Amino acid sequence: MTKRDARIRQAYDGVVAAVPITVPYQRYSPEPAHWWIARALGDLARAAGITPQDIDGFCVSSFTLFPDTAVGLTQHLGLTPRWLDHIPMGGASGVVSLRRAARAVQCGDAEMVACVSGDANHVDSFRRMLSSFSRFAQDASYPYGSGGPNASFALMTDHYMKTTGATREDFGKICMAQRENALSFPHALMKKPLSLEQYVSARPISDPIALFDCVMPCAGAEAFLVMSEDAAKNLDLPAVRVLSTIERHNAFPDDPIQIRGGWEMDRDEFWAMAGIAPDDVDLLETYDDYPVISMMQFEDLGFCKKGEGADFVRGHDLTNGGSFPHNTSGGQLSVGQAGAAGGYLGLVEALRQVTGTALGRQVEDAKTAVVSGFGMINYDRGLCSGAAALAGPGA
Amino acid sequence: MTADLTTNPGTVLPALAEALVAGKIRTIDLTHTLDPDFPVIILPPEFGQCARFRVEEVSRYDERGPAWYWRNFTCNEHTGTHFDAPIHWVSGKDLPNASVDSIPVEGFVRAVCVVDCVKEAAADEDFLMTRDFLLAWEAEHGKIPEGCWVLMRTDWSKRSAADYLNLRDDGAHSPGPDASAITFLIEERNVVGFGTECVGTDAGQGGHLSPPYPAHFLLHGAGRYGLQCLANLDQLPPTGALLICPPLKIKNGSGSPLRVLALVEE
Amino acid sequence: MTEAIKRPRRKDPQKRTVLPTLPPTSRSRRALGFTVAAAEGRFVLQKCNDCDAVTYPPREACPKCLSMNLAWRDMPEGGELIAETTIQTSTNVYFRERTPWRVGTVALEAGITVLAHIHGDVAEGGRVRMIARTDKSGQGVLMALPEEETENMADDKQLRELTCDPKHRRVLITDGRTQLGQAMARALSAAGASTVFVGVAETWRPFAGADELAAIPNVEVMGLDVTDTVSVNELASEIGGKVDILINTAEYVRAGGAMDRDGIVTARDEMEVNYFGPLRLIQAFGPGMRFRGADGVNSACAWVNLLSVYALSNWPAYGSTSASQAAAYSLSQCLRGEFHGSGVKVLNALFGPLEEDWRQHLPPPKVTPEGLAKAVVGALQQGLEELTVGAVAEDFLTRWKQDPRVLARELTQPEGA
Repeated sequence: MTKRDARIRQAYDGVVAAVPITVPYQRYSPEPAHWWIARALGDLARAAGITPQDIDGFCVSSFTLFPDTAVGLTQHLGLTPRWLDHIPMGGASGVVSLRRAARAVQCGDAEMVACVSGDANHVDSFRRMLSSFSRFAQDASYPYGSGGPNASFALMTDHYMKTTGATREDFGKICMAQRENALSFPHALMKKPLSLEQYVSARPISDPIALFDCVMPCAGAEAFLVMSEDAAKNLDLPAVRVLSTIERHNAFPDDPIQIRGGWEMDRDEFWAMAGIAPDDVDLLETYDDYPVISMMQFEDLGFCKKGEGADFVRGHDLTNGGSFPHNTSGGQLSVGQAGAAGGYLGLVEALRQVTGTALGRQVEDAKTAVVSGFGMINYDRGLCSGAAALAGPGA
Repeated sequence: MTADLTTNPGTVLPALAEALVAGKIRTIDLTHTLDPDFPVIILPPEFGQCARFRVEEVSRYDERGPAWYWRNFTCNEHTGTHFDAPIHWVSGKDLPNASVDSIPVEGFVRAVCVVDCVKEAAADEDFLMTRDFLLAWEAEHGKIPEGCWVLMRTDWSKRSAADYLNLRDDGAHSPGPDASAITFLIEERNVVGFGTECVGTDAGQGGHLSPPYPAHFLLHGAGRYGLQCLANLDQLPPTGALLICPPLKIKNGSGSPLRVLALVEE
Repeated sequence: MTEAIKRPRRKDPQKRTVLPTLPPTSRSRRALGFTVAAAEGRFVLQKCNDCDAVTYPPREACPKCLSMNLAWRDMPEGGELIAETTIQTSTNVYFRERTPWRVGTVALEAGITVLAHIHGDVAEGGRVRMIARTDKSGQGVLMALPEEETENMADDKQLRELTCDPKHRRVLITDGRTQLGQAMARALSAAGASTVFVGVAETWRPFAGADELAAIPNVEVMGLDVTDTVSVNELASEIGGKVDILINTAEYVRAGGAMDRDGIVTARDEMEVNYFGPLRLIQAFGPGMRFRGADGVNSACAWVNLLSVYALSNWPAYGSTSASQAAAYSLSQCLRGEFHGSGVKVLNALFGPLEEDWRQHLPPPKVTPEGLAKAVVGALQQGLEELTVGAVAEDFLTRWKQDPRVLARELTQPEGA
């Protein structure tokens, strides 16, 4: 192990991500996932000034494509890629897709990879997705109140609060800051400010989680392109370099309850490869289906010590104009969770911010961003975690 | 014209038919309804038992048969108001023509004498009708004619189900004939059969008589028939009525449930 | 502290009966091993035969050593509640109708953590005692109870969803002519059943204990003969809408096999009582119970089959009766399938030789009618679906589980039993 750990990973030299695309979210839509993915892919090609035939790599994430996979989509959408991937990792999909695509481009397996994530949200989609989410969920969590991720994160939150002293107000601060950020983001479904009073007195969902701790499931899509630096230059596209990425699955299986994600296993290498330190980061996009997991990401990525997430939140202004811009589009908590696209939201937003093309309030002088992903409550905890360090043209 | 078989052949039955239509002859039903709740004889539990009457619907204007209602029924040959053929008892097992399908049909339509034992049965539930009792009856109503049926009236059919069998821890208690009475009816009066209102032709405690179950043993041994679980005997005159009691024609049948009718002149 | 459930008021005839809904039913095939044990009231988890690791949720291989050799093993019941939540909103209709609903993460003595239903009396962060039971969907679930008995513990809303407690419920015992039926009536009355209907066939036939039976509190003697379709249907039309627990105590037992018996009259009687009897009861009472599976405090909840353990494998000494019991046992599986969706559980109580006339010559150990009745009441209170009563039955079941075909061979030996 020591020997392998010691081997230095190759950098993502000459690879960039570009063309952040968001297909505006809808709370409910009768359209299927195919529609959302097609729309994102079309937007991507138009925005990049390429034709679909120029796309020779295709990477898809979606919960609601059934019975199709990425394979069926190639025929459905008229693509003939020479590299194809399907990333079923929920909230970690964005980071993992970027990783896979970056290596494909770097090694020449593909030149132009479209990474797309989209999901439908029909009136009954959420319930049906929960009931067949995973075998462990089916066997051992869904039968216990069918609270879905609300209940799973409620348990994590309850435990986190009891062991660290974090309070509802601390989580409220995260949610309020994101709402503040969302007010300037045109695609956010939540359009009203959120006060602490409203947060604390909101309808209980699964104690200690209340309404504003939860994301709103919706339909939508997110996408970006991965290509060589040269290709981006030729197309005259603002491009973002990939400094470092990590992913980890089923980390710390013997923790009785989730108190940390896989980031903690890999963060030293993450920062080393990126060649930057947490202090160098201009904005952080965490996976935020519930505020407790954002707080854990602050800790596990090294922005603060373990158990000090709440202090970190208390000590910072998390809005786009603040001391620690976090989830700058409003995150899923305020934009909405479009299924697997929720795992792309932060990455796509980071691409905009570090290229100075934010749709909402631009973080001043944003050059370097870290995006982290977290996904798949297979049973009692999220199994997938990942992170990417990105550098804009000005970095 | 007088209805008379000897002087005016061919007049008796038309006259009977006319009298029936005119209501001068009444038809009386001596039968209990076949009903699952009607008691049957109870034997010691290690013996085979008499099946209760049961019905199962086959269809009732429904998907099993849209325009018709019919049922299967099951029972023993000795369930409800029923006929005992000689072959029913071991004493009659070797007699010719002793099963319900082979018995000469003549015996199914005969004159009937009704011996009123109501008072005696009310006073003593184990009342045994004797030869002397029958002789006393004859003194009042005349000699029992040859080839007729003799029915023992006890009003037992009016009892509730539990009192009907009248089971106690030493067995059933109900009236019946003793051996002298049955021997008298067979040998001295040559009756075709003997019937009762109770669940059997023998008394409830008939197993303790000598021979045990004398009515069954002696009657069937002599090729005579039994009727039991009769009702409405209170509507019959002591003499002068005609009994109609054809059992079902069951191959080798030991008996059968049947409809028992009596014709009575008004 | 759990508040005692009050005896429900009479039903408002203008109110629509709440239809049964179910907690999630779907499980992997592997998870059914957990359900099987839960139906017996046993708490099992998979344990690796190679490295001793305990695993959960149900797996195909050991996550520590990738051994395929995992076996369901009884687990220590102790644990500690390390996190909890009260679910206020659920996407599942069953839970949505029953929120708030308490669940939590329990660190087990067995060394792993599990998600479980949490009894209302469990203290935050407190010690717990785990039970496994089948829920309304018929699937095994875990529930954490307070380590020590608490007042009115059985009345906890979530626990009562898993149990078939006779308290405040109306029970039909199908045959009160026997000592077994009478013992059952006494036990159910003592367990707090609000009404104990007791069927008696052929009321014209006297039977021992009749007066004592009628004198048991809350007992109502009703005419019922399970061999008579008309009688069964008539009683169902009278009380079918208020039978919450049906306990079929009717049985017909005669020694003897097939070859050494003359004719089939006895066998037919056995089938009439032991097979057609439950079939008639199912047709008459099943639909009403199935409809009333969520009908409040006294919802329909359990159907109890009392079966000779020789229903599992034929004992030639009672060969024909065994066959009829096997038919009944097979039918109970059909019934379980047909009750699925209603929340009504089928409890099969398999018992060894009973202390009664038709088994008088059999040697001890025997099950007394009182012992069987007590076991059935206990199983209802616990919400079990499988019960084995008596040393003979327990030994028999152990052998049957080990290898039914070896047991079959044993039973056909001259000394087999």
